[in-house]
Amino acid sequence: MASFFDLKARQAAAASACSAKVAPPKENNRLQPWVEKYRPKSLDDITAQDHTVTVLRRTLQSSNLPHMLFYGPPGTGKTSTVLALAKQLYGPDLIKTRVLELNASDERGISIVREKVKDFARMQLSNPPAGPAGIEYRKRYSCPPYKIVILDEADSMTQDAQSALRRTMETYSKITRFCLICNYVTRIIDPLASRCSKFRFKSLDSANAGRRLEDIAANENVDLEDGVIEMLLRCSEGDLRKAITFLQSAARLVGALQAKKSRPKVGGTDDDAMDVEITDGKAVTVRSIEDIAGVIPIATIDRLLQAMQPRNKGSVYESVAGVVTDMVAEGWSATQVVSQLYDKIVYDDAIPDRHKNKIVMTFSQTDKGLVDGSDEHLAILDLCLQVAGVLGER
Amino acid sequence: MALLVDKHRPRSLDALSYHQDLSERLRSLAQSGDFPHLLVYGPSGAGKKTRIVATLKELYGPGVEKIKIDSRVFQTTSNRKLEFNIVASVYHLEITPSDVGNYDRVVVQDLLKEVAQTQQVDLSARQRFKVVVINEADHLTRDAQAALRRTMEKYSPNLRLILLANSTSNIIAPIRSRTLLVRVASPTETEICQVLKKVGGKEGWKEVEVLNKRIAAESGRNLRRALLMFEAVHAQNEIVNDSTPIPPPDWEALIEQIAGEIIAEHTPARILQVRAKLYDLLTHCIPATTILKTLTWKLIPKIDDALKADVVRWSAFYEHRIRMGTKVIFHLEAFVAKFMYLLESYLMEMDF
Ligand SMILES: Nc1ncnc2c1ncn2[C@@H]1O[C@H](COP(=O)(O)OP(=O)(O)OP(=O)(O)O)[C@@H](O)[C@H]1O
Ligand SMILES: [Mg+2]
Repeated sequence: MASFFDLKARQAAAASACSAKVAPPKENNRLQPWVEKYRPKSLDDITAQDHTVTVLRRTLQSSNLPHMLFYGPPGTGKTSTVLALAKQLYGPDLIKTRVLELNASDERGISIVREKVKDFARMQLSNPPAGPAGIEYRKRYSCPPYKIVILDEADSMTQDAQSALRRTMETYSKITRFCLICNYVTRIIDPLASRCSKFRFKSLDSANAGRRLEDIAANENVDLEDGVIEMLLRCSEGDLRKAITFLQSAARLVGALQAKKSRPKVGGTDDDAMDVEITDGKAVTVRSIEDIAGVIPIATIDRLLQAMQPRNKGSVYESVAGVVTDMVAEGWSATQVVSQLYDKIVYDDAIPDRHKNKIVMTFSQTDKGLVDGSDEHLAILDLCLQVAGVLGER
Repeated sequence: MALLVDKHRPRSLDALSYHQDLSERLRSLAQSGDFPHLLVYGPSGAGKKTRIVATLKELYGPGVEKIKIDSRVFQTTSNRKLEFNIVASVYHLEITPSDVGNYDRVVVQDLLKEVAQTQQVDLSARQRFKVVVINEADHLTRDAQAALRRTMEKYSPNLRLILLANSTSNIIAPIRSRTLLVRVASPTETEICQVLKKVGGKEGWKEVEVLNKRIAAESGRNLRRALLMFEAVHAQNEIVNDSTPIPPPDWEALIEQIAGEIIAEHTPARILQVRAKLYDLLTHCIPATTILKTLTWKLIPKIDDALKADVVRWSAFYEHRIRMGTKVIFHLEAFVAKFMYLLESYLMEMDF
């Protein structure tokens, strides 16, 4: 299996090339948001997604690549994977001429996609320079004889544009491979999806995502309180990008508190002083992550649930309306209220199943309303009153 | 003459009078150099914009305050010309894409790429990136939001976005995943009183504590509203005291009147009268949702507890219809009819 070794050699060469290259100026790097700074540079950097990575790694050496369809929730590595793959196939010199990236920020009407792809496909295939340099280059990058068209965020393309794409894909299939990327595979029309090998990107599992976060924190010299990683994972729901952004912002917060401690305080109030004490000005705390993630404190949700309980004295309406008004003024997002309330109610054993059955229907209505842009105050108040009504039934 | 709201608007993070910890957080983000994209959300009148302007100043210094208004023309794929206003300083732009309705995608696509591909003109600028502030981001169409996704990643060395919204519910998940969420809660009534005291002091007005408390309560924790009422009370009265009446805005007074009429009589003739008033409100540019909500809040105290949940349900129902439909008056009127029916049936049942 010569090719196997070939691949290894190639990877080793590429790796040494990387480390040999001058690191980008420190200053510049520091200014990048961490999600970009830690965007995987090669397939090896991709966390989780083992199946996909294994299959793609095999394509690095064979000179063939199928059309591909990547799908999965936000922040799971779809765009990163295809970019890393392209980089490893073509290397820095060829990538510009061999890869066309079209995403939702580009005009993607039928004729425009067709034109752009046509122009791109017709361009002569660029090749590594001749001579020893070229041979070196080929050792590192296989430079297979086709180009890649990446259609990122393809679920925002219209059905018509997608249909038109079928022909385009066929016409140029000798020299181009397509990679379609989307969040919802159901929004890609069947004839198109069936032309591609499908790769599902799963929400990142805690173990893998946790390790990546720990690495980043270590690299950035950020101390984490116990449980911070777990909280990051809980709040980001398998979206690594979100988790990294939370982490960065929490780290900045710690930095700020430290700076503040050393800065002479101008008319500071007592509770500022308390903040500093709690966080100790050193490690990122679990509470700060919750805060940043916009998670509603348990106590607030409990207060809402309490207000919805049937009572003998006083009116349920007044108490529910009071809590809801406060929550709206606090700016909690309605979708967050709905999902936290849902979790609380559905897992509450004290509520009988026949009540839960009715309650979940209300949640369905409310969710639809919110997605359509209904007024949040009315929607939440309505939801809570309806739930309270059900709870009050005998 | 500038309104109080504008005249005494705090211009730096230090000058902001509440949510101290949030100001501190924004300051640390601004100073860190790796400022992320932000999605700032919270109820209206909570001071989101003020806080962001102050953050921009922290980022770039006083230069951001020198703004001019550009008018730009964009061309849609169907060759329609769109006029669009941009508020800009050397360092940042501010846009309201919902101004052009369904064509917002074109604006977002063209403008942001253009910004992203040009370097900072001012070489001594403190940040390498420019900031684009997008107002009413929750009104962006799905297409426009999708158009932001890759742009936010690809051009992050040159471009940061600050999205302002009342809520995150209408922001698609991939965008939420790309931004740091910043919640700006409404100030509490106590905090509003503090602001009123400060502003009143600058105007040389004697502090009337009870009156200020009443204004704060009346404002529904909306600072902009509170300041407008504060100004109105002082403008309309030579001497103010604890019991000086706080005049509600005209439109609110009219809705109060409608509520009274609906309660008093449940007939088709009454619906007709009410319709004229609803039209009146609409032609004065009061949003249909505001009318429906205000009407609901005014009706609720006038009815029995047993009916309240039902009224809220139908109010939410027709508000949803307002969103989805095209003729808002139909749904407002339908709510009025529904309410009359509910109340009438309830009263009949009581009689038996
Ligand atoms: N599997 C992964 N391994 C390592 N880093 C990841 C992975 N997934 C996401 N990330 C981190 O999240 C960032 C965003 O990932 P990426 O752009 O690939 O997401 P995506 O799947 O394309 O999301 P979207 O659907 O929103 O476009 C990356 O820059 C990286 O920092
Ligand atoms: Mg992507």
